[in-house]
Amino acid sequence: MSATEPLNRRQMAWRAAQDVTDGLVVNLGIGMPVNVADYLRPGIDVFFQSENGVIGAGPLASPERADPDLVDAGSRRITLRPGAAIVDSAWSFAMIRGGHIDVSILGAFEVAANGDLANWDMRVPNKGPLVGGAMDLAVGARAVWVIMEHTTRAGAPRLVEACTLPLTATRCVRRVYTDLAVVDVTPEGFRVREMLAGLTQADLAARTGAPLTFAPDCGRLAPPPIANAD
Amino acid sequence: MAIDKRVGSAAEALADVGDGAIVFITGFGGAGFPNLLIRALRDRAPKDLTLVVNSATHRYSLTHELIEAGLVRKVICSAARGHGKELSPFEQLWKAGKIELVCLPQGTFTECIRAGGAGIPAFYTAVGCGTELARGKEVRSFEGRDYVLERAITGDVALVRADTADRYGNLTFRYAQLNFGPVMATAAKLVVAEVRAVTSEPIPPERVQLPGTFVDRVVTVPA
Repeated sequence: MSATEPLNRRQMAWRAAQDVTDGLVVNLGIGMPVNVADYLRPGIDVFFQSENGVIGAGPLASPERADPDLVDAGSRRITLRPGAAIVDSAWSFAMIRGGHIDVSILGAFEVAANGDLANWDMRVPNKGPLVGGAMDLAVGARAVWVIMEHTTRAGAPRLVEACTLPLTATRCVRRVYTDLAVVDVTPEGFRVREMLAGLTQADLAARTGAPLTFAPDCGRLAPPPIANAD
Repeated sequence: MAIDKRVGSAAEALADVGDGAIVFITGFGGAGFPNLLIRALRDRAPKDLTLVVNSATHRYSLTHELIEAGLVRKVICSAARGHGKELSPFEQLWKAGKIELVCLPQGTFTECIRAGGAGIPAFYTAVGCGTELARGKEVRSFEGRDYVLERAITGDVALVRADTADRYGNLTFRYAQLNFGPVMATAAKLVVAEVRAVTSEPIPPERVQLPGTFVDRVVTVPA
């Protein structure tokens, strides 16, 4: 795999994990974000909160140790880390809404240049709504990071001037990790922190639906090889 | 008479649940679904129920049996999406206009129930502001930030899954079973718990996770 290929889903989670610093309380959304837990830098000690009330979620349980009462918000059978606690839903969302989560890492369909987030409703005909804790996490966490592909499968940009899908929350996203770049949401709009080697600024701009600026120290996005397990 | 909240069967525990009841159902992610009580409620078959349940479609909950049996008029939840390509029973009836749906952000859902059980009629939250889920709701600004007014939820009966109980109705929960049990038990007129086991001795006070004063009836799930 050449270093100039777009990141796979595991590599995107790896890149977000590199920014998780020691001592944080982090909520990982369903899908790509839960993989962040697998790629923390050595020595980083954090608590992962799951919205069903688990504070200190550990790795997935092995089949023989899986316990149907010990699950995360994605219904996955998990383990607990040392120091973990379990609270009820009211307390869990007091934690989320009250600003006691340092970083919420979410998947998304679209992020707008002002930080608006659309990640809960794709308007699939006839399907029932599923909002879960997405809005609470987007509004209440101290920082919201998004992991998503830079464009849709059809090639339409997901980083846009204004979201076309229903909003989860307004002006909440601080940073976006895509398969092509790491992009901050700033008062001046999208600012590229890192981008894939071999991609020009014009290439990236062409795949983005809103103006980009580039940080003076804009670096190379260079993940290690990781097999895509998803 | 000495307090004893143990009841012989789920059917007996739900014997006075009537048509039109607002029913809370615990459970999240596979943990804490009161499936014995849900099935007993389906067998009792009261009509025009309102379900207050985090997910109307979770594959490990028997909530769908109440929906399929045509007993449900309205669902208040944070998740109502089926899992397969086929529409779930809930989605079919909702699309046919036979079930009314109120979708709330999960933390708002919980807080509405907590408020209802704590004697608070409504509260403001920033969650949902500027989204479709706040449409038609009052918005008020505090210190320069917008908040949505959300109304409390109270109900007639709560079906709660727990791990152990004592004769006083005190409950303990295993791991993530806890989820909606405490808030739902405060907001319903009748609270029925299904548990794995009833202890012969009172649960030590410091280990009680839901005080028996909130619980009316306890049923043991057959092993």
